Amino acid sequence: MHPILKLIAQRLALGLLLLFAASILIFVGTSILPGDVAQSILGQSATPEALANLRRELGLNDPAVTRYFMWLGGVLQGDLGTALTNGRDIAESLGGRLKNTLFLAFWAAAISVPLAIFLGLLAVRYKDRIPDKLISAITLTTISIPEFMIGYILIYWVAIKWRLFPSVAIINDSMSLGEKLNAIAIPVMVLTLVVLAHMMRMTRAAILNVMQSAYIETAELKGLGMLKIIRKHAFPNAVAPIVNVVMLNLAYLVVGVVVVEVVFAYPGMGQYLVDHVSKRDVPVVQACGLIFAAVYIGLNLVADIVSILANPRLRHPK
Amino acid sequence: MDDQLKHLTGQVVKGTMTRREFVGRAAALGITAAVANSMLAAEARADAHATPVRGGSIKVGSSGGESTNSLDPALTASSVPLFNLRHLYETLVETRADGTIEPRMAESFEASADAKTWAFKVRKGIQFHNGKDMTPEDVLMTMQRHSDENSQSGALGIMRGIESMRVDGDNFIVELGVGNADLPYLMADYHLMIQPGGGVDNPGAGIGTGPYTLEVDEPGVRHGFTRNENYWDAENRGFTDYNEVLVLNDATARTAALQSGQVQMINRVDPKVASLLDRAPNLSVKSVSGRGHYVFIAHVDTAPFENNDLRLALKYAINREEMVDKILRGYGSVGNDFPINAAYPLFDESIEQREFSIEKAREHYEKSGHDGSPIVLRVADGAFAGAVDAASLYLETAKAAGIPLEIKREPNDGYWSEVWNKQPFCASYWGGRAVQDQMYSTAYLSTADWNDTRWKRPEFDAMLLEARAELDQTKRKAIYSQMGTMLRDEGGVILPMFNDFVDAVSNNIGGWKVDPNAELMNNKAPITCWVQDA
Repeated sequence: MHPILKLIAQRLALGLLLLFAASILIFVGTSILPGDVAQSILGQSATPEALANLRRELGLNDPAVTRYFMWLGGVLQGDLGTALTNGRDIAESLGGRLKNTLFLAFWAAAISVPLAIFLGLLAVRYKDRIPDKLISAITLTTISIPEFMIGYILIYWVAIKWRLFPSVAIINDSMSLGEKLNAIAIPVMVLTLVVLAHMMRMTRAAILNVMQSAYIETAELKGLGMLKIIRKHAFPNAVAPIVNVVMLNLAYLVVGVVVVEVVFAYPGMGQYLVDHVSKRDVPVVQACGLIFAAVYIGLNLVADIVSILANPRLRHPK
Repeated sequence: MDDQLKHLTGQVVKGTMTRREFVGRAAALGITAAVANSMLAAEARADAHATPVRGGSIKVGSSGGESTNSLDPALTASSVPLFNLRHLYETLVETRADGTIEPRMAESFEASADAKTWAFKVRKGIQFHNGKDMTPEDVLMTMQRHSDENSQSGALGIMRGIESMRVDGDNFIVELGVGNADLPYLMADYHLMIQPGGGVDNPGAGIGTGPYTLEVDEPGVRHGFTRNENYWDAENRGFTDYNEVLVLNDATARTAALQSGQVQMINRVDPKVASLLDRAPNLSVKSVSGRGHYVFIAHVDTAPFENNDLRLALKYAINREEMVDKILRGYGSVGNDFPINAAYPLFDESIEQREFSIEKAREHYEKSGHDGSPIVLRVADGAFAGAVDAASLYLETAKAAGIPLEIKREPNDGYWSEVWNKQPFCASYWGGRAVQDQMYSTAYLSTADWNDTRWKRPEFDAMLLEARAELDQTKRKAIYSQMGTMLRDEGGVILPMFNDFVDAVSNNIGGWKVDPNAELMNNKAPITCWVQDA
């Protein structure tokens, strides 16, 4: 078998094992939280008999291990089950949320990744001069401000003062692509500002590292222009660390944006997960956890494979 | 000066200030009486005398919505589902803003002389959204569903006092074990929405008799409603073509959405920003004093709180004015250690207000003979907005009186299941109830599930039952006054403040009325207001 295919197969198997471990952790975690789903549904207004009735109905009186394996059995057959709190089909409601999360992450990535890499290259080109310092200063400032704060600042200016884009980013299927993009404009700006610095700095550092190499000096002596050297000689050799940090940030865009979702009331998975954690709705938390873990593992797998493909020494091992 | 004037005129229109007071205060701001009077007229016109406009849409930005919500009235406990209920369903009767009862699905009702048998005449010619006629049988089945011990209905507690229910011709008859003059108020409870077949088959279907029909149902995101063209009371409700309830749990997101015109109404404005928000053009902050209150509750059967002197010491040691000022930013009023205020019918204004007094606190504390061990007060941010800050203020004043109060901060998560009603001294809140009887029966009757102060006094219970069956309002008022005084002087509830409902509404919304029953006009603002320029 081709070594890369073998590697992918290995990684996938390991990923599945990790997912299994993650599902156990999530299950145990939500089980040891104080209170249970019956109490959370009924809230302050819970009476003992209402609690007992609801527990019986939801099957909470079964031992935890039984409940876990019943859930696992369902998942292995592709059935995520129904939410304990409102009896809706999890796969169906989760599907819509996941789509929204990916939509926002996609557009944030589509803008931030090329922009970060371009700014990184620019910073290298003008190393230690004003453009470099300006780029670093601005991106480091925006990464240092908490994302909800950037959100509020942008809402104040862009949504309230200038009325360019809406502050509430609720999207739905009946909206056209243009309307959707209009709705998510501010959240995309916020996310871009949040992830820009990390990727930009890594691009800059990785390329600067390569720039010290002898072959760059050769290229320079051949009389090639600076940008061309960076583009054709330095960048391909610096791609591995850059892809790694890009993937980490993509993963963040998918699984870590709950704060942004709350500020803009964006119907993504983060808010959905938090709602169900606070209600101890274990099947939903499990399903979300699985998807988040899968995204993380999947993106890391991609990062690994890309760095191998980008490196001839790893591509053709002896 | 503009803000002050706006505030003053608003107060007159709300009825909290007389015309004479207004002219006097306006004069203090340098405005002549004639100008002041015309300003007042303008404000009153804008508020009450506009004629409804049909069309357009109202969007409500509301906190208290989760992706776990359903449209089942029995399970409703937070704001967003409540707005949904008001769009889709209706109850037999409703509580009006002035505290009287308005017949809705019932066209009239009457009680027997002992208030034990109540007959609700069910209105004819009303159809559910699915085209079926609403009948007395539907009413009966609805009530049966909510009184089933297996149901998860939040109204189960209310239904317990009912001995039997039946249909008699056009009437829905309720027989009570003990007479209750307030039964119509209980029937106005928002859980008791009339559903076809009682909603037994599919309680969350959203099929009711309300002024709007369900269009979009995305729990935790938004709920959309189109006007029910077949609505029986179209003259008074359902003016807009389409309404939407957006779930905006973040307070800043709500105010931003209102300011940028994406929604026209929001609930729960943070008191800290309310006065600033009110200055923004095109919108106004509406604060309405209601029956909700913030409390510190002590179990009167647990040491050291079984000592009434210690309880009195704790009651005197709290600076109520300061709490209203700093925690509620003035959007509220001081409490008097019993859960009733002027927003309730039959409230006795003459009960003396307890004042903050370090000396009296110290005196009672010394008299209690407490051994000086720390008195632990448990709080969490989720207990009520600003609970932790309120506890810190309390700590300072208690310290001044020599009371060894100690604050223990608890996580929000699990607060209602692990701390409230379990620990002997903690912070909490009550939303208030429609009438005194209901408030006392819910939390101060010996047998009440939520008797969170462990207040078990046979004489108090006896008074409650006596007042309940008493149809003579003067006598009832006297009994309630006695009960209030008893709780105030001996109860385990330390009640520093009643909080206002603070909402904000765009200025192009017409038909706003003050309603102390619940936020945004008892959650009915979206179905009874209209858009001026629709």
